[in-house]
Amino acid sequence: MPDFSIDIQNLSKTFGPVKALDDVSFQVEKSEIFGLIGPDGSGKTSLFRILTSLLLPDSGMATMEGYDVVKSYKIIRQITGYMPGRFSLYYDLTVEENLAFFATIFGTTIKENYDLIKDIYIQIEPFKNRRAGNLSGGMKQKLALSCALIHKPKVLVLDEPTTGVDAVSRKEFWEMLKKLKQQDITIIVSTPYMDEASLCDHVALIQKGKILSIETPANIRNAFSHPLYKIAYPDMYRLLTTLRTFSEAVSAHRFGDSIHVALKTRTGEKEVRSFLEEQGLKDVALEPVRPNIEDCFMDLMNDTHD
Amino acid sequence: MRTIGYIIQKEFIQIFRDKTMLPIIIIMPFVQLIVLVYAATFEMKQIDMVVVDQDLSTTSRQLISKFQGSPFFVLEGNTFSMDEAEDMIKSDKADIVMVIPNDFQKKLMSGETSAIQLIVNAINATAAGLTNAYSSYVIADFNKNILTENINFIQPIQTRSIDVSYSYWYNPELNYKIYMLPGILVILVTIIGAFLAALNIVREKEMGTIEQINVTPIQKYQFITGKLLPFWIIAMAEFAFGLTLGKLLFDIPIVGNLGLLFGFAGVYLLVALSLGLLISTMASNQQQVMFIMFFFLLTFILMSGIFTPVESMPDWAQKVNIINPFAYFMRVIRMVLLKGSGFSDISYEFYSLLIYASLIFSLAVWRYRKTA
Repeated sequence: MPDFSIDIQNLSKTFGPVKALDDVSFQVEKSEIFGLIGPDGSGKTSLFRILTSLLLPDSGMATMEGYDVVKSYKIIRQITGYMPGRFSLYYDLTVEENLAFFATIFGTTIKENYDLIKDIYIQIEPFKNRRAGNLSGGMKQKLALSCALIHKPKVLVLDEPTTGVDAVSRKEFWEMLKKLKQQDITIIVSTPYMDEASLCDHVALIQKGKILSIETPANIRNAFSHPLYKIAYPDMYRLLTTLRTFSEAVSAHRFGDSIHVALKTRTGEKEVRSFLEEQGLKDVALEPVRPNIEDCFMDLMNDTHD
Repeated sequence: MRTIGYIIQKEFIQIFRDKTMLPIIIIMPFVQLIVLVYAATFEMKQIDMVVVDQDLSTTSRQLISKFQGSPFFVLEGNTFSMDEAEDMIKSDKADIVMVIPNDFQKKLMSGETSAIQLIVNAINATAAGLTNAYSSYVIADFNKNILTENINFIQPIQTRSIDVSYSYWYNPELNYKIYMLPGILVILVTIIGAFLAALNIVREKEMGTIEQINVTPIQKYQFITGKLLPFWIIAMAEFAFGLTLGKLLFDIPIVGNLGLLFGFAGVYLLVALSLGLLISTMASNQQQVMFIMFFFLLTFILMSGIFTPVESMPDWAQKVNIINPFAYFMRVIRMVLLKGSGFSDISYEFYSLLIYASLIFSLAVWRYRKTA
């Protein structure tokens, strides 16, 4: 049996008419950062709640470090660190009190595992007597991570940890995760930010409770089979609607100040230009571009729609 | 144990940091004891009376002055018109109308029986009952004098009658405050304890902090105990505080053993707080908790015998009171404070509540789910 940290087999969960998870199976290797990317309501949180023993699956099974999340929930709670999507620490307790409280509940002390959280905690230590409710978003998130790590978990489950956090803090946060990975902690993290996906070792794209693909970020991008062009024009809306009528285009999505258009194979720059000129759009800026994770995700989503 | 200790410590930090919670805990006993004890009284002090005296005789005037001499009655008006008297009742100016017929004295003097009419405003049935009782007492007293006077006048024989003398045990002056205060104390500690405990868990649900607790290896009984004990301590302190206020402000008698009373209060509060916690494990927000708690409190308080004696309730209601923790404590606190009952007198209530407490507590622990 391969040495997996997390093993998920045919997991399903429905809430009334909604299929939150639909026959999900995948494995996460030991001490890797595994990213789960998907839009809101795609089932990420349900999956995490099952893994952390907060939710019972309807069918299927999941193990973490070899322990069944349903049967061995007591051990699961000892070896898992969970950071819910919503800040769930005590607003009216100080930074230090929050940390000490969770340390005690896990039967440990701040001192005992200080090494593990040192890099993170040191940044919020100057504010240790401040109430958690008065911290900024980035500091809240660092405190939550410290609390999730204080009992030296083997697996870290992070549900959208960077949502609502500024760009600098996000970058810092991912650097911290990389360091934790070196300490043999498996990290499974969900995020709505596509740019963060490329920082993971493996990425699973999830939509409507189904896993669309699991690959390394590089492979996901390599698997993108269509020629991709980045096009810009002053009247972006007109450009987009025009491109969507183009029979040779597979998809057209807006990315900031340009439009990414994926074309059918063998279609090239020339055809696009002449089509646009026919439609009265002259002098468009057009260049080939390497697909990013978002392009791939959009592409995969299109496939499932058909 | 260490885990429970830390939860308790955490709860106390949070309670004392809460800027609204502490004042409520301190101010509530003052307001409830002072306002309610004075306000919630059944003593009738001022019964407004209207007299329709159609006789205008010496005897009728004697009867009226008898009423005027009573501390309970105030002669609000005198009229000859029945319509006017009725109007005064309708407009709430009078509580009682006494009609004395024009042959009142004549009949009495000739040894016949004379009738008078009392019309009582019974919007408030309790007040009407008391009004009726008081006025009957005055009339009976008057009757006795008439009887002896007349009989002595006509033929001097000894009258035979039973002379009843009363002694009101445990509350000789029938002081209503002494009766009400223990009851209000029960309500006070229950509201403080049960409400705070119930709102607490559900607040953790609303804030999402329960999610973080649920992924820890904490045991369910540890969590519930850690939630119960802080509010139990607060409610016990509140009880001591309220009792001290009662002693200082109203000089309520404390005849029985205080240790026994506090022991019983402790068991009672276990029931009340466990009920609160049970409700909060089932509810998903503070609004639901408030509604459910309100329903239970109101029903339980009114059935507990604080205002009306349980013994005069219908049989089924007395049976319902088996699950009413208020009823037990209401009975026991009065027994111990006013009567000085010992443990053997209240052992039934004590053991019943003990069983009740362990039942509800287990139910709350069982109902608290760490997994959805």
